[in-house]
Amino acid sequence: MYQAIVFLPLLGALIAGLFGTRLFKQLGSDADVYGEHHAHAHDGGHAEHGHGDHGHHAHYDGPMWPMYLTTALLCVSAVLSWIVFVGFLHEPHTEKVELLRWVTSGAFTTSWTIRVDTLTAVMLVVVNTVSALVHIYSLGYMSHDEHQPRFFAYLSLFTFAMLMLVTSDNLLQMFFGWEGVGLASYLLIGFWYDRDSANAAAIKAFVVNRVGDFGFALGIFGCFFVFGSIDFDTIFGAAPGQVGKTIHFLSWELDTLTVLCLLLFMGAMGKSAQFLLHTWLPDAMEGPTPVSALIHAATMVTAGVFLVARMSPMFELAPYAKDVVVVIGAVTAFFAATVGLVQNDIKRVIAYSTCSQLGYMFVALGVGAYGVGIFHLFTHAFFKALLFLGSGSVIHAMSGEQDMRKMGGLAPHIRITWLMMIIGNLALTGFPFTAGYFSKDAVIESAYAANWGIAFALLIVSAFFTSFYSWRLAFMTFNGKPRASAEVMSHVHESPNVMLIPLYVLAVGALAAGFVFKDYFIGHHYAEFWHGAVADNEIMHLFHEVPAWVVWSPFVAMVMGFGLAWLFYIVNTSLPQKLAAQHEPLYRFLLNKWYFDELYDFIFVRPAMWLGRFLWKKGDGFVIDGFGPDGVASTVSDVTRGVVRLQTGYLYHYAFVMMIGVAILISWFAFGGAH
Amino acid sequence: MSWPILSVVTFLPLVGVAFILALRGDDETAIRQTRLIALWTTVFTFLLSLLIWINFDAAAPGFQFVEKHAWLGGAASYQMGVDGISMPFVILTTFLMPICILASWHVTKRVREYMIAFLVLETLMVGVFCALDLVLFYLFFEAGLIPMFLIIGIWGGPRRVYASFKFFLYTLLGSVLMLLAIIYMYWTAGTTDIAALLTNPVFTPEAQKWLWLAFFASFAVKMPMWPVHTWLPDAHVEAPTAGSVILAAILLKMGGYGFLRFSLPMFPDASLYFQDFVFVLSVIAIVYTSLVALMQEDMKKLIAYSSVAHMGFVTMGIFSLNRQGIDGAMFQMISHGLVSGALFLCVGVVYDRMHTREIAAYGGLVKTMPLFAFTFMVFTMANVGLPGTSGFVGEFLSLLGAFQANTWVAFFATTGVILSAAYALWLYRRVVFGKLEKPALMHLPDMTPRELATLAPLVVLTIFFGAYPAPILDIFGASVETLIKPLQQAAAAAEALATASLQ
Repeated sequence: MYQAIVFLPLLGALIAGLFGTRLFKQLGSDADVYGEHHAHAHDGGHAEHGHGDHGHHAHYDGPMWPMYLTTALLCVSAVLSWIVFVGFLHEPHTEKVELLRWVTSGAFTTSWTIRVDTLTAVMLVVVNTVSALVHIYSLGYMSHDEHQPRFFAYLSLFTFAMLMLVTSDNLLQMFFGWEGVGLASYLLIGFWYDRDSANAAAIKAFVVNRVGDFGFALGIFGCFFVFGSIDFDTIFGAAPGQVGKTIHFLSWELDTLTVLCLLLFMGAMGKSAQFLLHTWLPDAMEGPTPVSALIHAATMVTAGVFLVARMSPMFELAPYAKDVVVVIGAVTAFFAATVGLVQNDIKRVIAYSTCSQLGYMFVALGVGAYGVGIFHLFTHAFFKALLFLGSGSVIHAMSGEQDMRKMGGLAPHIRITWLMMIIGNLALTGFPFTAGYFSKDAVIESAYAANWGIAFALLIVSAFFTSFYSWRLAFMTFNGKPRASAEVMSHVHESPNVMLIPLYVLAVGALAAGFVFKDYFIGHHYAEFWHGAVADNEIMHLFHEVPAWVVWSPFVAMVMGFGLAWLFYIVNTSLPQKLAAQHEPLYRFLLNKWYFDELYDFIFVRPAMWLGRFLWKKGDGFVIDGFGPDGVASTVSDVTRGVVRLQTGYLYHYAFVMMIGVAILISWFAFGGAH
Repeated sequence: MSWPILSVVTFLPLVGVAFILALRGDDETAIRQTRLIALWTTVFTFLLSLLIWINFDAAAPGFQFVEKHAWLGGAASYQMGVDGISMPFVILTTFLMPICILASWHVTKRVREYMIAFLVLETLMVGVFCALDLVLFYLFFEAGLIPMFLIIGIWGGPRRVYASFKFFLYTLLGSVLMLLAIIYMYWTAGTTDIAALLTNPVFTPEAQKWLWLAFFASFAVKMPMWPVHTWLPDAHVEAPTAGSVILAAILLKMGGYGFLRFSLPMFPDASLYFQDFVFVLSVIAIVYTSLVALMQEDMKKLIAYSSVAHMGFVTMGIFSLNRQGIDGAMFQMISHGLVSGALFLCVGVVYDRMHTREIAAYGGLVKTMPLFAFTFMVFTMANVGLPGTSGFVGEFLSLLGAFQANTWVAFFATTGVILSAAYALWLYRRVVFGKLEKPALMHLPDMTPRELATLAPLVVLTIFFGAYPAPILDIFGASVETLIKPLQQAAAAAEALATASLQ
């Protein structure tokens, strides 16, 4: 069954990708290539592409089976995942299925193995549920796109890689899934390949992730160096023995476990778009909206959280590394929330929100509340996917418009979408008894219980910001007077059922997932549920016993955020502009995302390019060639000038030298040189 | 084996040469027959070479299929044999040759000579990997360059004279020094038998250093290592497609093979002594040439620079002097043979259509050439070292080995994974993605069945060995284990000496 869950999506991706697309449809012939100006009978379908997110511009007339096939296989996977998950609710255990030997070299051995424990079971449900829903949603959303089989193949490929990641039993297979989802993300962000911005965003996502992977890879090397193995169970078994020991890393003697954890965490920062390595995520919104929902909200970006949770037995022994996780998480939560306040692109607001919520998860992990962090991952998947797919429905209705300044007054036209977005907002901002209420508040309480005052304060402020920008988004989009042109407004329509049904399912999750599952994930009997899949820490008990004001403070922050948004965008809509004008520098700073892109461009991208050109022209060209072959050439050119057929001339030289060498050798032997 | 399979595989291509020479006439039929003879010869050689793999005993560390005949009056000998380190290269060579012939199907200039050059080249390359006598090795090693010169010099691009001249200057220095070293070795050890020299290396630590340097001069140029790499981009740019494939896939590997066959086992103390030196050059190669690759405007140059960076991983892995590092280097060489060969074939596909390698002349090819886009993507990702492709296994293992030897080296070399992503994806984006705007590109035909036949096997193997590298790793496991034993002894001895001097 586990094999089916993991490999059905791959099967779908391969069949749809190889045989459902145009891949083999346009084969040329040698006569075309080498013939004399042959008239080509190839289709020149160069339809002009619009710039909306949505593919109204083109037309699809291929077969539908690739879409149905991938979707059906994904649904099967999702159902099987739920069966596994429900089984784990009753009887948690750890299972391993070894499939195939992978990289082996002396003492280093790895195999392709499916490992299923509670943590994996949770991730299976998250990944496959959201993926199946996104597949279904895309049947409607992408129905006009001429490349939809390719799109579905990528989606399924992504799902496969993500499943390999969460079912891994060693760091290397995790790295496979890790980079595999990176590839799928790259392909999907750049799905509309004729847009320069999409291509740039795709490359940026891959390269920034590779910066994180740089740390991850070094962490893997370090783990093998220290533990002699990169299998999880071996590492966890040996980790306690390494407490207090040091490793000679670079030029310093450093605490072994701290170094290893921080290196691995660098990978997590890249994948989960944490502060400093976050710049790719907002740009990733260039991809189609279902991609944003699946990859850049619910699943792939949570891989970093998963990594830390998976390695929690090791992090638990490295308190300094945990502190770093808290700081990075809290700063990210705050930073991303501030930027989210002023963005105008509907998807970018949600992207920064995702970034911020991932920060929350890391804070929970960093203080040792691993169950809480994963619980927030679990609930977040539902409401954030709901928000993204909902915004997709809005964009669909607005004929591809994403700028909220050109929306407004949509509620009466698309009531169901509106309702769904409201539900998503309630869950995200932590309205009582919705999913976010249980998980997000638990994160905040854990931070307090762990005596992380600063982190607690930052999270509360972020909760206020979260509430503000979420309702700002809702009000700007759905309330007030329409700011779009009459032509666009006349086309506004509710999405078809194939897009709405996934929203309903996610809405149920956003409302009920917290209430139903809280006892398992973070309740008093959490230990039975997790069954050792994540490390235990007393914080899991302590956070239930925080003072009442701590429990109430996120609620107050939420209400204040709502109130302020109401004031700004319903009551007096001129206030935001006045405020922005008054605090112009601050507004610019936030609008430009703290100028990170400009900063990185200045300190990394430009110098790298300058250096590349310098080394090429000056290093290779001037120094090496100048003093090497070219220098020699100019001095001997007089000698060789008379040679007519230069190339053969040198060949003869060469053969001549070689033959002389051989002649020397032979005469040496023949005349009995040494012996 | 009751018959000399290695000699047969080595010299079988010459039989094809004889057939081609026997052909009469210059008409279309004769040219066609020439191509077919070359193709069938190489295919048959490949199939025959598979017998070597099938009958190879991976558990045995020593040489197998050994043939030995007295030669040159008993001073040297004609001795052939393979072990786990050389056998994969023999198969790689014979496997790539039919692909190269097929890729050269539409060469029209002097077809007969062209095919003869390639067949002779095959004999010499296989010979390099099979030779078990220093003199024989030297002959194959140096003679192999002559057909390569001809291929670049006659069927090459406009600056072929400059390119072959550069190649000549670099190689000349190395080969002269290596020849001197070989003479000295015979003088000291009294034999040119490689197997005997391996089991009983007799050189004093001081002599080892000089011999090591002499061999290094030759192998470093071949690899090529920084700073003697500048011949490679020029040679690649000027070489015809199949020439580039052979150059990148096989000829570069002779340097790495040489380190493993001679430098490490015969001069273990010197290898240890020069370890840091090689590390520094390797790391510079990885970072420096990756940065340079980033700014290239010519597709072939970009891939050539990327090759230099990848060979940096190989030298780094070899001189980690531990199992993972050397396994990684070996695997990286095999994988790079498949991947870089395929990348040059991909460039050949578009070059044959547009007759330019300038990156700026392309853009948006995915629209008209989806199959090409897919194929090129597979190899771009393999070049980037994506897990699941063969490119990853070698890169990972060599870095893993380096980490154990020196964390600084691993640290800087790992930045290569960031840079390689940058230059490879940017190349792909400029060639394949983007708007299809340039008029000349509008109606390009996608890959033809013949081109598909050259690239499909490489796609399959790249992914297969990425998912299941065991068939290759198992070949050289035992040999590498034997190889590192004296090195570890040398390391232990050096350590003991250092501790003793401290006391």
